[in-house]
Amino acid sequence: MSGTTLEVLDLTVTFATERGPLRVLDGISFGLPTGRTVALVGESGCGKSVASLAVMGLLPPSAAVTGTIGLEGREIAELPPEERRKLRGAELAMIFQEPMTSLNPAFTAGDQVAEALRLHQGLDRGTAMRAAVAMLEAVRIPEAARRARQYPHQLSGGMRQRVMIAMALACRPRVLIADEPTTALDVTVQAQILSLLDELRGGTGTAVLLITHDLGIVADHADEVVVMYAGRVAERGPVARVLSTPQHPYTVGLLGAAPRLDGPRGTRLATVEGTVPDLADPPEGCRFKTRCPFRIAICDTKPPLYDVGAGHRAACHRAPLEQILEAA
Amino acid sequence: MWGWLLRRLGQIIPTLLILSILIFALQQLMPGDPAIIMAGEERGDPQVLAEIRAELMLDRPIWEQYLAWLWRLLHGDLGFSWRIRQPVGSLILEKLPVTLQLGLMAFAIAVAIGVPAGIVSAAYRDRPADWAANAIALAGISTPNFWMGIMFILLFSVQLGWLPPSGYVPLTEDWRQSLATTIMPAFVLGGSIAGVFMRHTRAAMIGALEQDYVRTARAKGLPERVVVTRHALRNALVPVVTLGTIELGRLLAGAVLTEQIFSIPGFGKLIVDAVFNRDYPVVQGVVVVTALIFVTLSLIGDILYMAINPRLRAA
Repeated sequence: MSGTTLEVLDLTVTFATERGPLRVLDGISFGLPTGRTVALVGESGCGKSVASLAVMGLLPPSAAVTGTIGLEGREIAELPPEERRKLRGAELAMIFQEPMTSLNPAFTAGDQVAEALRLHQGLDRGTAMRAAVAMLEAVRIPEAARRARQYPHQLSGGMRQRVMIAMALACRPRVLIADEPTTALDVTVQAQILSLLDELRGGTGTAVLLITHDLGIVADHADEVVVMYAGRVAERGPVARVLSTPQHPYTVGLLGAAPRLDGPRGTRLATVEGTVPDLADPPEGCRFKTRCPFRIAICDTKPPLYDVGAGHRAACHRAPLEQILEAA
Repeated sequence: MWGWLLRRLGQIIPTLLILSILIFALQQLMPGDPAIIMAGEERGDPQVLAEIRAELMLDRPIWEQYLAWLWRLLHGDLGFSWRIRQPVGSLILEKLPVTLQLGLMAFAIAVAIGVPAGIVSAAYRDRPADWAANAIALAGISTPNFWMGIMFILLFSVQLGWLPPSGYVPLTEDWRQSLATTIMPAFVLGGSIAGVFMRHTRAAMIGALEQDYVRTARAKGLPERVVVTRHALRNALVPVVTLGTIELGRLLAGAVLTEQIFSIPGFGKLIVDAVFNRDYPVVQGVVVVTALIFVTLSLIGDILYMAINPRLRAA
């Protein structure tokens, strides 16, 4: 099971606003290897949710999308809306940050899982409901048959996210996008949900795009990581390499800002100084230069994604950073 | 659930009691002496007036009058009309089918036009279909019923000669004629309420369409039609049901102006005649029956909420 399930190339999303066009994604590229998890990391507003909605085809009509999205070799970005719709839930599935509000309060958990099966696989009501119960069992919901008849308000947050996962995976999609799936949950439940995703992914060969801002989750659950900053890819590569030898000053800052249990007590958490640039009027060249301690003249030109070896790329003119750090 | 229903029914009793006191107290404020009106030609004779007052208990304290009225009411006796010397109960039973028919027809028209228009309007928000629906709704809400009624009569009765301009034929007598006499007033009444339904449905649908579960439904690949009519509509219905019970209650309380224009002998005409003639028992009777209709409709509304929204069933 190798190869690339999803290949995003030069994806650009522009929203028409009253202040003029707002380019929230500026030519991002990344791939999802089959059966692997790629984490999409960055601060709020960096474009990671927009990227996932663009892949799903769920952006509002006011968003102009360019670039290509290849799903198992098939270009889907240009497909008519009706064809895109048929892919959703069948080949591309998504779970969201807020399990409390992402399920419809008016329908039972079983109904909501069965709905996708009836739509995409044409199952009749009874068969779909049995399949839904089996799916709820697969996501480790105890007494699945009874829970299937319950409404969302009768389920806990973790249970609801399991229902969301069951719904998303019911039709065995090729790609699952998980948009901060555990942010709203208790820490103990977070770990359970993420392990469940790992396990299900292993069983079905589904490629997972895990959107998060938690680098601890990235380290434990992702194979590759894409770090985004202000609508562009700052750095991407295998998780072990990016986290141990980050090549973009922004990633270095993010890692410094991540709390560590094994760090010395009482040390102040490092933070990334400054604020995210206004996307309506982004700085010329490198978008991180306004906050970057390593800024030099060349940073006024847009950096390409430099290859720093072993599938690791960084959009920084100063990469590799080790030389500067040693000199300092 | 059953406990809730019992408690809910229990609330109705004090509600109606307070209402009955209000009805009784307020009409004491109406100007004019019923005894003088009833005495007619003999209004100058103090003997006659005193006799009438004694007969109607008008010479007793108000609380005593109230208790006597309440006592009879509890026994199903709404009293006699002072003016036409008929039991109030049978007067109401005579008018009730008329008002029921007209009100239900108007309600059906309002819902059939207003709710789908609101759904379409929300689904095509800020596009031509939405603008058109809003413009028509505003026109419907702001056009006075009496004017609309007159225009209808001029067009469909006078010009085209399709429908009788006024009068009423009971359903049991001739259902075709009955529908012919009520369709215009029902459209006049329903048309103006349709705009209200449209506005409320639109607002509730826009709110529902912005919810996370609608995004989930779209992520599942459901066609937009299913997203709108199944996932969003179900959750948008609660405020629309609330509005529905209120509007239906108002329709069943009688439509004074519209009944007047089309000469429909319904509740509206009954209560107006009674008020002008200081016919207190009829006024009281009509208001009590109307209140009962409102209370029942609000109970039905609450039960409908629970059918729509499973979260409320737990309470």
